[in-house]
Amino acid sequence: MAETTTPTPTETAAPALTAPRREPRGYSVRSLPGFAVIAIFTFFALYAPILILVTYSFNAGTSLAIWEGFSLRWYYQAAANEAVQDAAIRSLYLAFCAATIATVAATMAALATTRTRRFPGKTMIYALINQPLMIPEIVTAVALLIVFAAIKVWTGHTSMIYLIAAHTAFCVPFAYLPIRARLETMDNTLETAAQDLYASRWLTFRRVTLPLMWPGIVAGLMLAFVISLDDVVITEFVKSAGQETIPTYMLGQLRRVVTPEVNAISTVILMAGVILVALFFRLTSRRR
Amino acid sequence: MSAQAETPFPPGALEREAETADTRRRWLLSLPAIAIIVCAAAGPLLVMVIYSFLTPGDYGNVKWEFSLEGWMNTIVQRDIFDDTLIWADAHLSIFWRSFSLSLITTILTLIIGVPTAWFVATQPPGRREFWLFLVTVPFWTNLLVRTIAIQELIRSEGVINLVLLKIGIIDEPLQMMFTDFAIGFGMTYVYLPLMVLPVYAAVDKLDFRLVEAAHDLYASRWTAFRRVILPLIKPGIIAGSILVFVPCLGAYVTPRVLGGGKNLMFGNLIELQFGAGRNWPLGAALSLMLMAAVMVALIFYVRITSREKADG
Repeated sequence: MAETTTPTPTETAAPALTAPRREPRGYSVRSLPGFAVIAIFTFFALYAPILILVTYSFNAGTSLAIWEGFSLRWYYQAAANEAVQDAAIRSLYLAFCAATIATVAATMAALATTRTRRFPGKTMIYALINQPLMIPEIVTAVALLIVFAAIKVWTGHTSMIYLIAAHTAFCVPFAYLPIRARLETMDNTLETAAQDLYASRWLTFRRVTLPLMWPGIVAGLMLAFVISLDDVVITEFVKSAGQETIPTYMLGQLRRVVTPEVNAISTVILMAGVILVALFFRLTSRRR
Repeated sequence: MSAQAETPFPPGALEREAETADTRRRWLLSLPAIAIIVCAAAGPLLVMVIYSFLTPGDYGNVKWEFSLEGWMNTIVQRDIFDDTLIWADAHLSIFWRSFSLSLITTILTLIIGVPTAWFVATQPPGRREFWLFLVTVPFWTNLLVRTIAIQELIRSEGVINLVLLKIGIIDEPLQMMFTDFAIGFGMTYVYLPLMVLPVYAAVDKLDFRLVEAAHDLYASRWTAFRRVILPLIKPGIIAGSILVFVPCLGAYVTPRVLGGGKNLMFGNLIELQFGAGRNWPLGAALSLMLMAAVMVALIFYVRITSREKADG
């Protein structure tokens, strides 16, 4: 896409604007005593626990405190563990289904609620879509437990459908936000031009609107995927027997003797999360 | 032709017709998202309201008999011997722990979050994105994983105790796990980015010429901070405080992992009613109480942010 490579006007103009306002060295109203020290400490504190966790996942011994040399044994052990394999496949399957359905629904809703006048019920639709963000997860979790338990007893049906429904619901707002943001910054004239050139509504959507909003859709899909993969609370309450996902499996393990196997699984989740979030940032910040 | 001259529609009717059709189309397009959320999020909350007025079943679940016991049991309980009502001290202490730990966590994130946000926002534009990214990454990484990281840090055989023993400050490992301290520490760690991001946004918008003016008028750094900077970034600070306080109040994973079975918070008390407690109506009532508390905080938040927007 051509527009992504050309620098935006604000980028090139920024240094010129800030240059004359630079204060003489040694006295800056922007620095406050002690703030930088606290900030550096904060960054250290944010990352040190994660780094320690990752480090001990490579420990050759069973201890989480005494370093006995580098080894990948815990990764091999986790990969060979059938419960982990099972949970990992279920987690991915669940996240894939929930994120896909949520993104399709969110795309449609975003198209309906952006670039428009105030139509009756717009605020209500917006509030409903964002509703899962406002309620504490534990509250939604027990509400779902109540309803789904009744349905499970009534129908005798205990498949993944309950988990998929629950995950899809809380993924919708996360998918919706980047898509909406993308639509709001989009250039509407291109669609008008397409219609002027006798493109039908559908053709305009498929050939102009959809390609333009694609980065937003992909970003929304990725965000929804990460959110679904990470969920513990709702999954813990909705799952039927034998439907462990990776996070609920780990939560269960914490009650027993913790071996570096949990660290190994955590590290893999961390890596996957960081990669997806980095991609998400690339997708959403390009156009600003 | 005369038929065209006297059209059957009064002026504006066609437009109105088109608007109605447009509204209908937009509702239809939103329908899948609405349906999913109503079925698997909003609707169940309404069902829970009904359940809070029912009688607990013997093995969990409910009996379909109207009862106010669920709501009453949130704060009072019947004495086993003489059936008089007494305060449910266990619940009240859990409410208090939830509230006070959430407040302490909010204050701690303020103390370290505001300087961090200031630091990031005053970096040169090129480097700012990088620091901001460093704040955001932990926020998007798995909450459970971050809680496990804290657990491994503060366990009896954890790194903190190991280091303190090595230096010789302590002779025996400190018991940090399964205490209120552990929960507060963990929540501060987990929710810190929620404080840094809104404060960053506020500092980013700050007009530094006002700070310069204060300095020109012989204000000390401290006075300039207190009288100029602080009032200007206040909306960001309030937003951050609410964004930290609200999830703390409803926290479940962090207190469960770090607080153990004794140091319950609101979320764990709710879970208990659906597990060993076998009192679903009480659990439903407690959930609705928690939801109401969170709603009050969020309405406050919306009012502050919208007033800020109105001010420009």
